Amino acid sequence: MKAAVVLFPGSNRERDAARALRLASGQEPAIVWHGDSELPAGTDLVVLPGGFSYGDYLRCGAIAARSPIMGAVRAHAERGGLVLGICNGFQILIEAGLLPGALLRNENLKFVCRAQHLRVETTESPFTNQYSKGQVIEVCIAHGDGNYVADRETVARLEGEGLVGFRYCDASGDVSGPGPNGSVNAIAGIFSQKRNVLGMMPHPENLVDPLVGGTDGAGLFASVGRALAA
Amino acid sequence: MKARVTVTLKNSVLDPQGKAIEGALKSLGFDGVGSVRQGKVFDIELAGSDRAAAETALKGMCEKLLANTVIESYRVDIAE
Repeated sequence: MKAAVVLFPGSNRERDAARALRLASGQEPAIVWHGDSELPAGTDLVVLPGGFSYGDYLRCGAIAARSPIMGAVRAHAERGGLVLGICNGFQILIEAGLLPGALLRNENLKFVCRAQHLRVETTESPFTNQYSKGQVIEVCIAHGDGNYVADRETVARLEGEGLVGFRYCDASGDVSGPGPNGSVNAIAGIFSQKRNVLGMMPHPENLVDPLVGGTDGAGLFASVGRALAA
Repeated sequence: MKARVTVTLKNSVLDPQGKAIEGALKSLGFDGVGSVRQGKVFDIELAGSDRAAAETALKGMCEKLLANTVIESYRVDIAE
């Protein structure tokens, strides 16, 4: 796995992402500065990590989405390369137009930072092939702007084409509860049309070591490893 | 030239901050507040005096950065 983690001013989960990638693959990912205009040659996975790029000024992810490296990330995605955006990275992918919809302020206006159950909605993706369909995993969330919205046609298309990767749920997998942020259909993560781009608000990279209370996030990085080895 | 760009959430998009402000105004005793929508204002100084060119440039700024047109609409006003 040749991974690159993009560092924006204000990113703060890049080391967590790098560690999860290292644990899953045994290989050290490159850390790429947002001002660069090219990815390292042979990059097969780009990770946009969590944090508060540009202090969330203007809109979360808006300024980072216009940084020089994003041209290369877009080209990588268009070639079919894998892109994972976590939390602020998801916001950046949305602002860059690589994923549809928008992420608004949480419905209750509160920053939520806690453990959260997710239901894996599909295993047919490079990011979820090591989970089982309907599996409930527990990872953590930490965001103030994770309220996913999109127009009716877009939501219908995402649902119809199986492009919802994860939903917020309770321990039994029930997704009908209030959820942490008000997202439509309890959406926690979505794929691009070709499923090579995943954006998600929760942090799988923080649950990859039993020392910190669970390893449910490890499956995502193992899935990427499997997809790239295939 | 001076211009003001106003960006607001589209009416179809829920505005939890506006709702909270609306509630606070009501609790302060301001009766008759129907609803509140929060937005952003950008005051921009531009070189040159060509209004048409300025308007084109400002619209470009809105489309590319200042507004997220998925959820927001914008208005451009150029000062006389």
